[in-house]
Amino acid sequence: MPTDQYAPPAQPGRAAEDDDSGQGPRLLSGWGRTSPTVAQVLRPRTRAEAAEAVATAGPRGLIARGLGRSYGDPAQNAGGRVLDLTGLNRILSVDLETGLVTAEGGVSLHALMRALVPFGYFVPVTPGTRYVTVGGAIGSDIHGKNHHADSSFTRHVTSMDLLLADGTVRTITPESDPELFWATAGGMGLTGVVVSATIRMVPIETSRLAVDTFKLPNLDALMEKLAGTDADYRYTVAWMDCLAKGPKLGRALLDCGNFATLDQLPAKHRAEPLAFSAKPITSAPDLFPSGLLNRRTIAIANEVWYRKTPATHHHLASIGGFFHPLDGIRDWNRVYGRAGFVQYQFVVPFTADVTFRRMVERISRVQAPSFVSVLKRFGPGSPGYLSFPAQGWTLALDFPTGTPGLDRLLDWLDEQVLSEGGRVYLAKDARMAAAHLPAMYPRLGDFREVRAKVDPHGVFVSDQSRRLAV
Amino acid sequence: MKDALGSAQSLLILGGTSDIALATARRMAAGKTTRIVLAARPSARLDAAARELRAHGAEVETVAFDADAVEEHEKALGAVFAAGDIDVVLLAFGVLGDQASDEQDPVAAAKVAQTNYVGAVSSGLVCANALKKQGHGSLVVLSSVAGERARRANFIYGSTKAGLDAFAQGLGDSLHGSGVHVMVVRPGFVESKMTAGMEKAPLSTTPDAVAEAIVAGLRRGAEIVWVPAALRYVLSGLRHLPRPVFRKVAQR
Repeated sequence: MPTDQYAPPAQPGRAAEDDDSGQGPRLLSGWGRTSPTVAQVLRPRTRAEAAEAVATAGPRGLIARGLGRSYGDPAQNAGGRVLDLTGLNRILSVDLETGLVTAEGGVSLHALMRALVPFGYFVPVTPGTRYVTVGGAIGSDIHGKNHHADSSFTRHVTSMDLLLADGTVRTITPESDPELFWATAGGMGLTGVVVSATIRMVPIETSRLAVDTFKLPNLDALMEKLAGTDADYRYTVAWMDCLAKGPKLGRALLDCGNFATLDQLPAKHRAEPLAFSAKPITSAPDLFPSGLLNRRTIAIANEVWYRKTPATHHHLASIGGFFHPLDGIRDWNRVYGRAGFVQYQFVVPFTADVTFRRMVERISRVQAPSFVSVLKRFGPGSPGYLSFPAQGWTLALDFPTGTPGLDRLLDWLDEQVLSEGGRVYLAKDARMAAAHLPAMYPRLGDFREVRAKVDPHGVFVSDQSRRLAV
Repeated sequence: MKDALGSAQSLLILGGTSDIALATARRMAAGKTTRIVLAARPSARLDAAARELRAHGAEVETVAFDADAVEEHEKALGAVFAAGDIDVVLLAFGVLGDQASDEQDPVAAAKVAQTNYVGAVSSGLVCANALKKQGHGSLVVLSSVAGERARRANFIYGSTKAGLDAFAQGLGDSLHGSGVHVMVVRPGFVESKMTAGMEKAPLSTTPDAVAEAIVAGLRRGAEIVWVPAALRYVLSGLRHLPRPVFRKVAQR
């Protein structure tokens, strides 16, 4: 079975004192490259080694880390241990009848696609990057462009093997251990280490997507169109221009797609309908100055990109091109320079459209430059206690950390989200006030109860869990 | 933990009654800092400072700390770190002394050095080691432009700050890559209780301006901060003046 040949390093850490295995004290940060801290990194190759690392964790505890794609600080643990799970990267079993695949926690979605797309199976949920691990996908209960149709990742997990604080491994399913299962789904790695999981893949006829792209001139048109397309397309996502003002406020390109059927493919592709080749085209060097992406350069990029897109058109797209455009550039986060960037994603209920509009207006008014601004409609949430998705509008933004007034803007956005009973995504959070957590995640109490039971001494701890007093 | 935009959640101040320290604490409490520990010799002034900061919404503790009692530093400060992570340590204690009389009283002069330098070396190391253990944090050291080039008028104080400044820079380099960041702050003449009644120097500043510069420096991870920023260029000029010229300039 092919495993991950392109395995980016545990990134973007700078080794303080390193050996070949990537073990030792390392300065680790999230994908946003903010708030680096030092931890002792261990990279187990077997379950037994992982269990040993957990059982002997010191007073500063341990957290698992995958490919480091969380934007903030959930996969780092200052002064403690970080378990680099990318060494547990074996696909253990595949059932081509049912589409059930069992993979170790460090297997990336990229590896799953490479292995199974040729056999006609796709991952049930993929975020904007393939370079996340199965363990990370469960810990963040990730969502994708199909949330309105298929919900979030853990809904497609039928079973997982969880390494607990005492060093034992428990197999849990939503039926056998509903509490521990739904505490782990979206639980940011704080209940244990997912050493393996069984996932129900979805059948596909081809590896191409039939995509309709709509060009929408303003926010009202966008929101209306998004609401109207959910039923017809499995995958929908809108790329919004957050710097556009006045009548152009909220203008966007809306991509709607379904996997193409065999007869939708042009003749030349029919011989190999399930071909999957997705490699980074290029890599971003670590040379960009911190101020390169600012409101001027991003405004120009947005303008060019909006204008060059034809009004409304249909096309066929590859998996990489449709789902993971940024994966084409390895280490794209370096474009923000050393100062890094902050991702911010929130969800508010559909009834909060007035507040939502006010939030977009304010972002545009203060000209806070978000390079990638993604709008989507979520379907109903999962039972995960700390799972992010909930029915409503979700907007993801990313801002260079040097943006003037950014902390005030984000604090204000937090308040709007809270006032509408919405929440902020923990896999992206890097600066929220701890006081907001219980209101945003009303099942936090249930989560804490489970955690107190399975990890009474608080072995699993991260910089984020310290910061937010999870 | 410090967040992605450089806001700290917890602050430990050594010399918890200094004007600059309190101005910094006030500013941080108005932001996202929720735990503040004031370490100083017990006094009514310390209690009043704690009360005032509590009114800003922070959780404030006071800890008995004497910069001169170096044998006690490990115990007193160790307990603070044991109770929870500290994101920012502000080393703010120091005495000005009385240059004219201290020149005639070597014991008194040595006491200035004991507090400003020896006490800072000891408590600075205790804090640096604790920060290193927790794998993150910033140590802010209040130096002074007086340490940049010794002046006839205040060389006893100036030499203690020169020693402290060199210590802090070396400490910062030793901690590079450990997750701990050391920031040296060099204010010019600060109008505060320490300098009350003295004649103001050019480019003088206020405790609040120093506090603002500290918070901004922490945000961008600065290693050296001058207050006001222009002093960096003034001092780089003064540093290179020939002695006879400097003597003349420094007299004024």
